[in-house]
Order: sequence, then structure tokens, then C-alpha cells
Amino acid sequence: MRAFVGRHGRGVLGLAIAGLAVLAAVGAPWFAAHDPVQSDFAAGLKPPGTPGHPLGTDQLGRDLLARVLYGTRVALFIGLCCVLLTAVVGGLLGLLAGYFEGWAGTVLMRVVDVQLSFPFILLALTINAIVGLGLRNIIVSLSAAGWVVYARVVRGEVLSVKQRDFVHAAQALGLGRARLLFRHILPNVAPSIIIVASLQFAQFIVAEAAISFLGFGVQPPTPAWGSMLSESRDYLYVAWWLAAFPGAALALTALGINLVGDWLRDVLDPKFRV
Amino acid sequence: MRAYLLSRLGQTVLVVFLSLTAVFFLVRLGGDPVLLFLPMDIQAKDLNEFRERLGFNDPLAVQYGRFVGRALQGDFGESLRYKQDALGLVLERLPATLALAVAALLLTFCVAVPVGVLSAVRRGSLFDFLGMGGAVLGQAVPGFWLGLMMIYLFSVRLGWLPTGGTGGPLHFVMPCVVLASFYAARMARLTRSSVLDTLNEEFVLTARAKGLAERIVIAKHTLKNSAIPIVTLAGLDTGQLLGGAVITETIFAWPGLGRLTVQALLNRDFPVVLAAVFVFSVTYTLINLAVDLLYGWLDPRTRAGARV
Repeated sequence: MRAFVGRHGRGVLGLAIAGLAVLAAVGAPWFAAHDPVQSDFAAGLKPPGTPGHPLGTDQLGRDLLARVLYGTRVALFIGLCCVLLTAVVGGLLGLLAGYFEGWAGTVLMRVVDVQLSFPFILLALTINAIVGLGLRNIIVSLSAAGWVVYARVVRGEVLSVKQRDFVHAAQALGLGRARLLFRHILPNVAPSIIIVASLQFAQFIVAEAAISFLGFGVQPPTPAWGSMLSESRDYLYVAWWLAAFPGAALALTALGINLVGDWLRDVLDPKFRV
Repeated sequence: MRAYLLSRLGQTVLVVFLSLTAVFFLVRLGGDPVLLFLPMDIQAKDLNEFRERLGFNDPLAVQYGRFVGRALQGDFGESLRYKQDALGLVLERLPATLALAVAALLLTFCVAVPVGVLSAVRRGSLFDFLGMGGAVLGQAVPGFWLGLMMIYLFSVRLGWLPTGGTGGPLHFVMPCVVLASFYAARMARLTRSSVLDTLNEEFVLTARAKGLAERIVIAKHTLKNSAIPIVTLAGLDTGQLLGGAVITETIFAWPGLGRLTVQALLNRDFPVVLAAVFVFSVTYTLINLAVDLLYGWLDPRTRAGARV
């Protein structure tokens, strides 16, 4: 029992927190008594505990609980889209670059090096400022900044898996390239892809919030945590709850996902380093 | 060694050149900047004159060639907003950012390494539990939220610290803590796992068998041998600190490069954006080079001669 708690305790806790976030996102319409964008000027800036508004209201009288719950939706949706996009694109490019080792792969890895020689958040922010604002563009920007990690990790793994006997055996049997790549090599690098994905999930969510906080990314009135925090700065002196709850939701979600990621890494591959 | 240094410097130049090129074309793809900073009621004739003056009417290749030619001489053009030399504007702000980054890095080391080492040495103790719990939490709490909450508590409620700007040492406190929190948390965890790995090595056993004091075994035999992953991470983090400064500087109205970049992006002040990209990438790659050279000192097996 003790051994189980030591090895899997964090994973269980993380899954519980992440599960809670998913529940909040899926069930937002049922848990929230109000529309997240419906304003009510007469009920503006009510503190937490006001009847009908457990977490209070913002400057336009919008229910904070509803906004935080719907914000979970926005955050998880963006995180999920980015992780899927980067895993597929970066994973595939890494797979091909590692297997074929031609000039195209070398060029690709140079691009990866250049991109990794730039701070992630600054890169995503610059791309976002240029391609434009909104939900779709923030997903594109974060993915464009994040795919390189998979490409590098997967390529390295493929280079080593390729040397193993079962791959030579499969080649000797005359297996087609596509089948060899996707049926024999891919399953062996999949754990790395899963680990990177779980570690990047939270990073994407926090980066999205940070970029929206700076005034780019998701725009009001869409209830995204980052833009809620950005708006809350003007009311910090009179309404602490506007900053406290969306940020707490963000931190808790990131914590849950990070715990799951750490646990997956320990279970799947203790030697793994990004 | 010299060949190695030269090839690394060549790489640095390549990285800087490629990132500038990428940002140049991205910026031009992003549409006409002229419309965004001129008044709404401007006449078409003036608009065109303005475009002509800034060279936006030329073919893209010509614009790019001109940009590269000038950039080589350190001329990124004039800020569209401040009417000042863009590179000069950026370099003027660089010291504030570097001061913040260095202070945050020092704080990161001073907190993370002792916590990590003690957690490893007293594995399973209450200190280990609390330290690592705090580290996991520190990695999850976003800096900008921590910043807002600290401003509320220490500036609005208690009135102990200034909400932002520069001035005395007190102005450094909150930006530093906010900037360092994530990196300190990660470094503490890495230090702990690295020290734990080293403690299992046979030379540690030997050192203990010789009857050395535990203090010396840890400080001399273990710590230096655990340093490589920590230095790697610190090198990566120094670059990321520059990126993180973008957010921290905005929260605390810190007059640094990050805040200037955010404002330039918001105002589509492209000469400043390009100059900032230039300075960021030069700084970042030089830091990485310094880290690689530091390896050679820490672990002679990785010295340049052995590797290249």
C-alpha cells in the first residue's frame, strides 16, 4: 500500500484534479446558474458570497463562477488542440527525419535548433501578434512555437530504435517502409511522445493565459482566464476576487496536469529528459 | 579549442540571421503596418507618401535586401512610434532586463540548490516532503498570477512594497520572486534528483569509507559531480528568463526590453520588434555558448578537444 502511494500517489492526485477540470469544462452549462457573457450593470463588482453569485461578479456584473467554469472549457480546448497538432506534426517530422537521415532531415533539425534558440513564450507571442488575435490563431501560434520539441525527441529515439535487431529482422523479411515505420518503430517511440505531450499540455495552457493576459490571444468577451486576469488588474484595489479565482483555477489545472505528466514519466521512462 | 569556438560563433551568426529573416517575412505577411499607426482621417495621397518614405511600396525582395544590408551595419531603422533609432532604443532598455534576469537567476540558485541538496540528503524527511511539494506547486502557479496576488497583498493591503517601476532595491523584490518562482521550483527538483543519482556512485561510497565527514562528502564529492544537469538547466533557463521577463516586466511596469517588445508588438512598431529579436537571439545564443564552455570546466571529459 505504501509502495503504491509512493509510486502512484501523485498520479492519482493529478488525475483527480485534472478530472475535476474536465468535469467543470464539460458540465459548465449545468453548474453555472448564469450566462458567462450576460452583463448586469446593477450587480457589478459584488464580492464572493453574494446570493446567486458564489464567487461574486465582475465590473459588468457578469457571474464570476460561470466565467471561471466556461474558462476551463476555453483553456482545455486550446491545450488539447495544441497538444494534438504538435504531437502529430512534430512526431511525424521527427519520425521521418530520424528514419531517412537525408538532407531534408538535416535542414529540419537546423530549423528546430534555431527555433529552440528562442524563448518559447516570446516566440509564441511574436507569432500571435503577427498572425492575429482570436481562438484559432492562438492555437496556431502556440503549435507553431511548440512542435519542435517532439521533432527533436522523436528523431533521437528513432535513431536509436532503428539500430535494434527487431528492425533489422523486419527489414530482412522485406517489410514495406510505411509498415516498418508505423507498425514497428512508432510503437517504440510512442511513450516519449506521450510524455512530451503530457508535459507540454500545462505549458500550452499557461502560455495561452499569459499571451491573453498581455492583450493578445483570446479576446473579451470570451471567458478565457488570461483575459479575465488582464481585466482584473484595473480593479485590483477594489475587487481582489476578480484576480484570485481565475488564476487559482489556472494554477490548479496546471498542477493537476503536471502531476499526471510527472507520474507518466516515472512509470513509462524514468530516464527521460526533455 | 579555437576551431570549436569559431564554429560555435559561426552557428550563433547563422541562428541570429535565420531568426531575423523569419521574423522579417512574418511581419510583412502580417499586413500593412502604415494603416495601423496613422490617424483614421488621413488622405490617400499622404498615406502613399508615407509608404513610399518607409519603403513599403518596393517589392518584398528589395525590402529584404535593404533590411539585411542595413541590419549588418546595426541599423534597424527608426521606431515608428518614438522616432528614435530602434536598436538604440532596445539597447537602452537591455540593462534593466539583464539586471532583473541576473537577480532572478541568483535568487533561483540561492533557493533551489540548498533546498534540492537538503531534500536529497534527507530523503523522505518532512523537509523533503515540504520542499518538493512547494516545488511542484511553484512549477504550476503562473508567474503573472503570482505577481497580481503579491501586488494585492504586499502593495495594496500591507503597503510594504511598490507596485511597480524601478527605484530602490525594494522595487526588485516582487519582480524577482515572480520571475524566479518557476525556475527555482524546477531547479530544486532537478538538483534533488541529480544529487540522489550521484549519491549512489561508488566514489561517494569510497569517500565515506575513507572516513570523510559527511559535510565534505556532500559538498566536495557529490555536489560538483551533480552540477552538470543543473548547469545545463540554468543555461536553458537564463534564456527562458529573458522570455519570462516579457510578462513580469509588463505586470510590474519594469522599463526593460520585454515590456518594450510587447508594446512594439501591440503598436506594430516593426523596426523595434526586429531590433528586439536581434538582441534577444544574440544574448540567448551567447549564453548557451557560455554554458557549453562551463561544461568543459566541470567535466573534463566533455572538453572541446574531446568532442569536436
